[in-house]
Amino acid sequence: MTNGLIDFVLVSVALLAIGIYGLSVKRNAIRMLFGVEMIINSANLNLVAFARFIPNSQGQTLALFSIAIAAAEVAVGLALVIVAYRMYKNIDIEDFRSLKG
Amino acid sequence: MVDAVFLALSVLTIGSAIVALEIRSLIYGSIALMLTLSGVAGFFLLLDAPFVAMFQLSVYVGSIAVLILFTVMLVRRELIFNKIEDKRRRYAGIGLMLALMLGIGMIIIGSGMKSMETNSPSVDYRKIGEDFLTYYSPALVVMALVLAASVVGALTLARREDITNDQRAD
Repeated sequence: MTNGLIDFVLVSVALLAIGIYGLSVKRNAIRMLFGVEMIINSANLNLVAFARFIPNSQGQTLALFSIAIAAAEVAVGLALVIVAYRMYKNIDIEDFRSLKG
Repeated sequence: MVDAVFLALSVLTIGSAIVALEIRSLIYGSIALMLTLSGVAGFFLLLDAPFVAMFQLSVYVGSIAVLILFTVMLVRRELIFNKIEDKRRRYAGIGLMLALMLGIGMIIIGSGMKSMETNSPSVDYRKIGEDFLTYYSPALVVMALVLAASVVGALTLARREDITNDQRAD
């Protein structure tokens, strides 16, 4: 194994920073979901990297659980985007002034 | 030191992550997000975790990216193109991103993580399957319930109430 732990962790930090940038600058609801996806993926990369270098199998198990929960989160998030689009005819979150029924 | 495969994978992952956020059309953005997720799956392969890599490919690239693509196709055409953002917010966001990268990166480089290398054999993936069905089986059941509940919740949220279905016999 030629790559050290620090290389994987640095890639994960870069992915996290890009995700936070997308979440804080973009005002399109679907693009903000892209940012959330990147943050979750950087966390999973960290889990698997540390699990490889300890070495331990529980990190991979936790990463599998995390991927499944992320799938549930995206399904609900996209349903919320669709509902908001039907209400406001827009997916720009500046227009979601009042999110009441 | 890193090898060429690692370098290519990190360029692919980081580059397509930036493209996914910055390209004008959301459809190309979701395809670039697919590339990012595949790149992370490649990292999992490099880390000797083939089971997690295949799970990532099937769940993220197979289902989540396709779900995002279909949602993008449901919204109006002019909405899937980027509007010009506020310049000041954009520069502040780029500054925040660089500060995070440099700050956390410096902390990590300064820590003792640099000398951490391993020669130990990787974990056998049969062990993970065994763990799932023995020690983690209650958590597995709870996770299945959470997934089912989230799918039902998403269906309930996205249901239209103004369309009534009058095809029942009674």
